Amino acid sequence: MEKLAVERSLREAASQELREAAVRPMLQKPGRGYKLLVAVLCVVVAFGLAGFVDQLIYGMSVVDYNNSAFWDVNIANFITIVGVAYGGAVVSAVLRLTGAQWRAPLTRIAEATAVVTVLIGGACIIPSLGRPNMMWEFITRPNFSSPLIWDALAISTYGIASVVFFYVPLIPDLVIAQQTMGGRAGRVRTLLWRKLSWGWQGLPAQRRLIDRMMGLLALMIIPLAVSVHSVLGWAFAITSFRPWWSEELWAPLFVIAALYSGIALVILSCAALRRTYSLQKYITDQHFKRLAYILLPFGATYLYLSVADFLPGAYHGEPGTAAVFRQLFFGSYALWFWLVVVGGMVVPLLIIALPQTRRVGWIVFAAACIVATFWLNRVLMVVVPTTYDMMKGTFGVYSWTWVNASITAGAMAAIPLLILLLFRFVPILSVTEIEELEKQQLGGTGTDLIEETPEEV
Amino acid sequence: MTQNQDREKDMTDIRPEKEAIEPSPLLSPLVTALDRVHDTTNDDDHSSAVESGDSNKPRSISRRRLFGTVSAVGLGAALGARVLENPSGASAAVHTAAVTITKKKPLSQWMMIVDLRSCDGCKACTASCQYYHYLPKDIEWIKVYDMVDADGQKYYLPRLCQMCEDPPCQAVCPVGATFRTDEGMVLIDQNVCIGCRTCMAACPYESRYFNTTAAPKVPRQPFPTTPEWPVPQRTETVGKCIWCAARLPQGMLPECVTNCPMGVIYMGDLTTDVAVNGKNEVVKISEFLRENDAVRLKEELGTNPRVYYIPGHGQDLSA
Repeated sequence: MEKLAVERSLREAASQELREAAVRPMLQKPGRGYKLLVAVLCVVVAFGLAGFVDQLIYGMSVVDYNNSAFWDVNIANFITIVGVAYGGAVVSAVLRLTGAQWRAPLTRIAEATAVVTVLIGGACIIPSLGRPNMMWEFITRPNFSSPLIWDALAISTYGIASVVFFYVPLIPDLVIAQQTMGGRAGRVRTLLWRKLSWGWQGLPAQRRLIDRMMGLLALMIIPLAVSVHSVLGWAFAITSFRPWWSEELWAPLFVIAALYSGIALVILSCAALRRTYSLQKYITDQHFKRLAYILLPFGATYLYLSVADFLPGAYHGEPGTAAVFRQLFFGSYALWFWLVVVGGMVVPLLIIALPQTRRVGWIVFAAACIVATFWLNRVLMVVVPTTYDMMKGTFGVYSWTWVNASITAGAMAAIPLLILLLFRFVPILSVTEIEELEKQQLGGTGTDLIEETPEEV
Repeated sequence: MTQNQDREKDMTDIRPEKEAIEPSPLLSPLVTALDRVHDTTNDDDHSSAVESGDSNKPRSISRRRLFGTVSAVGLGAALGARVLENPSGASAAVHTAAVTITKKKPLSQWMMIVDLRSCDGCKACTASCQYYHYLPKDIEWIKVYDMVDADGQKYYLPRLCQMCEDPPCQAVCPVGATFRTDEGMVLIDQNVCIGCRTCMAACPYESRYFNTTAAPKVPRQPFPTTPEWPVPQRTETVGKCIWCAARLPQGMLPECVTNCPMGVIYMGDLTTDVAVNGKNEVVKISEFLRENDAVRLKEELGTNPRVYYIPGHGQDLSA
């Protein structure tokens, strides 16, 4: 019995430490580096908003718009940022369904990243519209034969689902955070948490309800995410006769690209937050290795699908497709294209595959390469076929202005900014899940009966 | 005819720089051809009014009958509803009305023929179109491409809106701003367009343009912009060639047709099988297309364009 008591007190101490770690981002007094980072991000976001306002006032002519490149980097931002939101769904939902227990410390960060990116990504389509003030027509007079309506439907559904998927497991943690922080939480957080936790008491019935909800949501969010990225791909493939866009592989390419770059973004945000809030005890090196292992098959699949996409078109030499592929492989976009292939697929996959480089620093570098080059990849996918003149077979010129650049930079900066701000209000680790899984590992049934230790059974 | 001339004057009055066109000698064949059609359609409003009066009669009777039935059964709402569910008299009346409407309106089915044999690439069509619709220089609703064929021979390809029978641009518009009229005209309601440019992605003929730069100074228009007369073009929306839809009901040919000095472009109506060009040459559409091996652009895409091209290289046909 003494041994049991010692173990129990140790476990309680560990649990207390976990809870402290989960609320640390909220307790920590912001240091100079943190303040500087937030300030810089705010300035970049404000710059992006200024660009958007400029475009609203002076019209699309300020983005140096020309009729040979009718879709531009805004569309690429939209696809990229909505795409990386898939990472959260995978880490959280897929690993939950497959019963991978190591996921527990990562789920909150992954889900928060997903929520933030899907909201910002969805908003990225707005500067791409000529008259965003008429967007309500999507609701009042939808044309259901248009893939864009299905895009809007799928992404708004996915956005709501992501928020719910983030919120439901948060409910017990809010109460725990309240208990841990007590008076240190401040009035705003206390009020917010009390409202949002809906009288959670940790009763077995409540616990069962949340478990069942999470199982169901995890089941739902996977096909939902597949449909979102497929519809995004079909928005190109169905819409147009343009070469390269009208490929059957476009939808699976989008899904795999979203998975690949999404997991890479989860790695990046885990690494950044682990360093900022010293969570090394919970998010271990092993986590990064496992996430990297997930990257490997998706990266390889993307590479394979790309070859499957390019090879027949390039080999047949059908005029339009051949012209676009020649432009990609050897033409004015060749540098960027090969940068995507090498920097986004070959190098990261090698880094993960080789045991010598399979270390946290290298893995984070690989993830950064993937996220950056997959944005570039989407820019190529959007811009190169739009500049192709289907009547004459020539290519127009696509150019940037500060408005395009500022909107892009603002959208990118808004992601870390919102993640940082979000963790001022919610615990960074999903305490309940970690504790429950620990109990399960000890052989318990996952209920409150701590006494059920292996020794007794 | 006098009515047509008056309207022509009205139309030209809004452009003080240019002198009024004399429509009658050039247009007379089409006008007479069209009059034959219009005899049965728009021009004889009297007969249609009589007809519609006839068609209204049985309907009013049936309504009276219906009300009679209802009042006979009683005013109970449930019973009334049951009668309304199967109002045999009323539905018959609606049917006859629908039949008379379709009978009295045989619509024109507009089409164009572009005779590439005589196109010398002078681009008068583009210039006149831009002038007439107040378009900036970079927006060419009718664009003349300099093409080189498989044998290395040069030729010119004037590209207007192909007015597809299965328009991809209409299918992909998320808000239904692009629509197709019963006469086969694909038009854009720029009051609805949100400027997403998906239709520009969809059009395989590159015939759609996004209006960023403001149009050249446009005089005050008599009425707000409509799909048939989208002048001035609304910025931040998509515009395209409309085959001068506002001129057709008045028996006037589109600007590019009248202003082509070579008579390359023919405007025709499939219901009458007659087409005419700016040089006053009338052809029988079916024969003309068959004899000259006419083709449509990108036939393989299944868009079913209403523009037929007669292949050629701009050589002098009289020599």
